[in-house]
Amino acid sequence: MKPWIAFWNILAKDMRSYYLKPPNISWGIVFPLAWTAMFFIRSGSGLDSIPNLLPGVMAVSVLFGTTSMLAVTVTFEKKGRSFERLLLAPIPLELLMLAKTTGAIAFGVANAFVPVIIAVFLADLSTVNWPTLIPAVVLIAVSSTFLGLFIAVSVSEVFEAQTFSNFFRFPMIFLTGLFFPIEKLPLWLRPLSYALPLTYGADVLHASIRGAGHMPLLLDFALLAAFCAALFGVSLRNIRRRWIV
Amino acid sequence: MTSDPQTAIEVRGLAKRFGDVQALAGIDFDVRKGELFGFLGPNGAGKSTTINVLTGLARPDAGTIRIVGIDCSKNPKAAQHLMGVVPDEGNLYPELNGFENLAFCGALYGMAKPDREARAKHLLDRFGLTNAARRKFAGYSRGMKRKLTIAAGIIHEPPILFLDEPTTGIDVASARQIRQLIADLNASGTTIFLTTHYIEEAERLCRRIAFIVQGRIVRIDTVENLMRRTEGRHVVHFAVSDNARSLCDRIAAHSPNLQCQAVAGGGIRVESSEPVQVGPLVRLLEDCGAEVAEARKVRPSLEDVFVEITGIEAGAMKQEKERAKMGGGA
Repeated sequence: MKPWIAFWNILAKDMRSYYLKPPNISWGIVFPLAWTAMFFIRSGSGLDSIPNLLPGVMAVSVLFGTTSMLAVTVTFEKKGRSFERLLLAPIPLELLMLAKTTGAIAFGVANAFVPVIIAVFLADLSTVNWPTLIPAVVLIAVSSTFLGLFIAVSVSEVFEAQTFSNFFRFPMIFLTGLFFPIEKLPLWLRPLSYALPLTYGADVLHASIRGAGHMPLLLDFALLAAFCAALFGVSLRNIRRRWIV
Repeated sequence: MTSDPQTAIEVRGLAKRFGDVQALAGIDFDVRKGELFGFLGPNGAGKSTTINVLTGLARPDAGTIRIVGIDCSKNPKAAQHLMGVVPDEGNLYPELNGFENLAFCGALYGMAKPDREARAKHLLDRFGLTNAARRKFAGYSRGMKRKLTIAAGIIHEPPILFLDEPTTGIDVASARQIRQLIADLNASGTTIFLTTHYIEEAERLCRRIAFIVQGRIVRIDTVENLMRRTEGRHVVHFAVSDNARSLCDRIAAHSPNLQCQAVAGGGIRVESSEPVQVGPLVRLLEDCGAEVAEARKVRPSLEDVFVEITGIEAGAMKQEKERAKMGGGA
């Protein structure tokens, strides 16, 4: 048995069936564009605001892109029973779920770089610290995907997954320091900010793009990685408890 | 505990509860290598739960399962590699075509690309689906879906195949073709665990049969031994115009030694340990004003044994399942 054959084919099938479909490609481009335009116009401070907005737009693009896709690739297949076929395959559940999520991670990373490509033509990005930005984007995509997986395995209908996703996504826009500094939040809300993985991803993005991080980068990366591991672990436990009953 | 090397599936004390419902109440059975083993029972008896537990889609509350000697609780993935599973509903990918579905299923079992593609082509040909190979699964007819789902179950040439209601809800020609495929697969050495509510199907295909009712196995035996229960029984079926139930009462009053029963579709079934004299009964029925369209001797079937052992009307069970299937879609 060569598990990588199964891994690669699950990933390739999902890429073909879901991520590379024209509606999803256009979603992956239009959505970050819309976020960029919205915050750019709202800021009213011209092209100079782009480095300030870029971390938030990148992170939000990843967050919405990944969590939306998991509702389809996992919840929809579970509902249609084709997910059973994967559970019957002689590959470890961990590998199976990594195969199911790798497409969403790649989709999220691609989403993140749509606003970056736009920004390249409109602003000076010569000071961006790419060696920290790129792994941060990947880790944000992984943590958002695993958050999407956690949501997808907690519900049974696609619409429930979308609704439950919004329960996490919209507060994260305001609470994780993407557009509004955490220090300006009411004191009682701040603990909630630090309980969200995107807070640490946003901090690395701010540090990488405009040198304005608040926490040590190593701590940000460590906490992001810990959130990834925890969300993946809890999702696997939920699959074993809820789907292999 | 050591396993008999000739045993493909060994189940001991298997129990499973869903809330207040005891789906499986400590069942035991063995399936020998190369055997075609039938698992018969009404809806909700525990057939699909048994398959789900055996194949790793559900966790048992108690009991042990060994697949070719492999303890499923310790090494479920090794056991899954030896199994093919055909669920009661087509669960292939609607957006993929027939060939892609089979090739993808082969990949799930680690088959290299040339091997899985060659095997997919072979199976499409064997199942008469070559012309539909490039058509999306969503556009297949119910019978074609069943055939492709079975093909997907054997793409990796498993030594053991679990078939859950393989012919339910499909047309007669497709069902006949699938039965032949099942027989051929078994003849080529595949051990088959077949759940069905078509008793005649089990009678025709299986060597041994287990009857399961309310999560308990009430009888396991060879078809030959089960049919011995019908030896010395004589059954005659009368097709009558109407009022079968009251006609039964008249026959019972006239000949108390006969067992008489109204059957679905306007008929009367008369059973006796002595040869049934058809002429006097026809005259009696006609005297009662009934129009007798047909009177024929019937060979007692496994269905009679099933009804006797389980107390469940087999015809009602079949109709109930068909209705559920047609309502639910394939």
